Amino acid sequence: MSTDDAYDPKFGEYGGQYVPEALMPAIEELTDAYQRYVLENEDGFMDEFRERLADFGGRPTPLQYADQLSARYDTDVYLKREDLLHGGAHKLNNALGQVLLAKYMGKERIIAETGAGQHGTATAMAAAHLDMPCEIYMGETDIARQRPNVFRMKINGSEVVPVTVGRGTLKEAISETMREWATTVENTHYVIGSIVGPHPFPKMVRDFQAVISEEAREQAIEKMGGLPDSVMACAGGGSNTMGTFAHFIEDTGVDLYAVEAGGSSLQVDEEEGVAPNSATLSTGDEGVLHGARTKLLQDSDGQIMESHSVSSGLDYAGVGPELAHLVDEDRVTPVNVDDDAALEAFHRLSQDEGIIPALETAHAFGYLEEHHDEVGDSVVINVSGRGDKDLEIAIEETSKRDLDIAPDMSIFDSVGRSPTSQSTGDEPRDSVGGGGL
Amino acid sequence: MGLERAFADEPAFVPYLAAGDPNYEASLEYVEALARGGADAIELGLPFSEPIAEGKTIQNAIVRSLEAGMTPDRFFEFVEDLDVDVPLVCMTYYNLIYQYGESEGPRPFVEKAAAVGIEGLVVPDLPGEEAGPLRTACDEFGLDLVFIVAPTTKGDRLERMLEQVSGYVYVQARLGVTGAREDVDDATEESLARLSDWDVPKAVGFGIKTGDHAERIVSSGADGIIVGSALVDIVAEGHENGDSADTVADRLEAKARELKEGALRGAAGRPQPERT
Repeated sequence: MSTDDAYDPKFGEYGGQYVPEALMPAIEELTDAYQRYVLENEDGFMDEFRERLADFGGRPTPLQYADQLSARYDTDVYLKREDLLHGGAHKLNNALGQVLLAKYMGKERIIAETGAGQHGTATAMAAAHLDMPCEIYMGETDIARQRPNVFRMKINGSEVVPVTVGRGTLKEAISETMREWATTVENTHYVIGSIVGPHPFPKMVRDFQAVISEEAREQAIEKMGGLPDSVMACAGGGSNTMGTFAHFIEDTGVDLYAVEAGGSSLQVDEEEGVAPNSATLSTGDEGVLHGARTKLLQDSDGQIMESHSVSSGLDYAGVGPELAHLVDEDRVTPVNVDDDAALEAFHRLSQDEGIIPALETAHAFGYLEEHHDEVGDSVVINVSGRGDKDLEIAIEETSKRDLDIAPDMSIFDSVGRSPTSQSTGDEPRDSVGGGGL
Repeated sequence: MGLERAFADEPAFVPYLAAGDPNYEASLEYVEALARGGADAIELGLPFSEPIAEGKTIQNAIVRSLEAGMTPDRFFEFVEDLDVDVPLVCMTYYNLIYQYGESEGPRPFVEKAAAVGIEGLVVPDLPGEEAGPLRTACDEFGLDLVFIVAPTTKGDRLERMLEQVSGYVYVQARLGVTGAREDVDDATEESLARLSDWDVPKAVGFGIKTGDHAERIVSSGADGIIVGSALVDIVAEGHENGDSADTVADRLEAKARELKEGALRGAAGRPQPERT
């Protein structure tokens, strides 16, 4: 963890710095800043970061015993409530850290990519909080399916730039933000949203997110009198995953489960270049994407596949190089659940525990439902984000399926409006931010 | 090694096209037209799905080429089918090089590239830090590995790069991504000045659109110019308008002549860099 060398860019064979030369001087500058401010607390950077995480962010977040799920699975289920962090997801830990670091480095402007909009929202909040101008790059598909977060970013004063190339999801947004960074690198910091990208981003983002497991481990010992048998988190790029695992890595008696999006199927369509899932750790091969060598969804030539998940935040063809390494080392177990199981889990956690999770987060609970007899007597699950942003898509996706657990939405029939009529994204809705589509 | 010879007698014109854009047959004709128009070496893009250094023009070319079925193996066939007698350089991204062939690492790609007559590689997402294995493979098979010097490449980085360069250096004329521009960035002249004592040909790319741009850049001390997007724009426009491949090839040849002649004027005017 923070004892790592800031100048070692690799995790085993993974990681590295596969970026255009124009960015390398900025990456060297960032590596120095990471060493000095983050690892050595120069000028009290980490003290200020912790203080702002507490006062602005609301840390520490609770570790909560889940009564109904524990009874259902006959296993002690503890929830790490990152959904209670300001912004409604773990993303603020990293966004606040990087925006503050950019300020310490004397940068004048922030850019960021976003998939589900959670990282974009957190970055917009952090940028407003620290008085930095901010532009967020977001794929147009994601803009359409994550409207509430687009509103939040704009309301916080950030520009939202639609990315129209490709399928318009996280992969394209990262590529476009890298292009923008290559243009404005001299005065701009790129707040990357996960443990992906060129070194030092994977290590630095992990260190900012590691506060999750630092707290959870102490809280577990306090509440349970010891360590849990298992720790579980959903995995897209992997920032909440590594944040949740970081302080448990050395505890070899604790099983670590990274729950990926199985999408609609684990089969790939090589001809079309489409993988109808985002299960990179489970099914991907080694390759180079967005600055790092890692596991990827790619065809036999090395072209990157279009991934899929019902949750935008997991919908990515790559994964953090450190997670790829930990999977190869057999320290982290990659598992996955499909869209259906994630939707069921979304409703179950909402109904049984009164917590509406993000669809990303729901994947972890989907896995628990299917495999609760394999995770030991106690499990800590990271509730990486809350599901307010997903209500439209969750209702729409639920209406396509025959789920026993789905709530009855016929109330809308009697008032003459379908619950999904707002979420097609086809018609102009109102003037608040929707016009840029 | 070989690519220096493209710069030996006069300023070199090095055009770029994405191989297979908008389809295999037309693209062969377009590349050959550039050779007729005066190309001294040609950079052929092998399309990668995530081209993070490219602007919209070349991103779209890559999409057209991939949709028309371009793959690394088709690319090597393309090179074999080309009837040109100038050096060919492959420009692509590292994952395609890394994945090619049965064994791990860049060696199988480089071996195949050498076998079909490719003489050099440009890999925009491979800075010196990660270039070791590819450098080794290129040395084994006699290929040049062309490095990009950015406007931000200064001091120690520049010194370290000098130890790795071969063939020519690709001087990135401005920050950002590829794409034809209306002007010449001052960063170009600053970059050339930083490299003035390097004993390797300096080819400037990113943003060059016209013969006048070529003239100004060569008069500032460049040994050659690299032009991609301004040519890809001609391919794209012809494709959108449904023009015949012959018509588009003629336009490309004419544009090549304009750029090459601009470069020659720049060399002739070098003692007085300010044009009269």
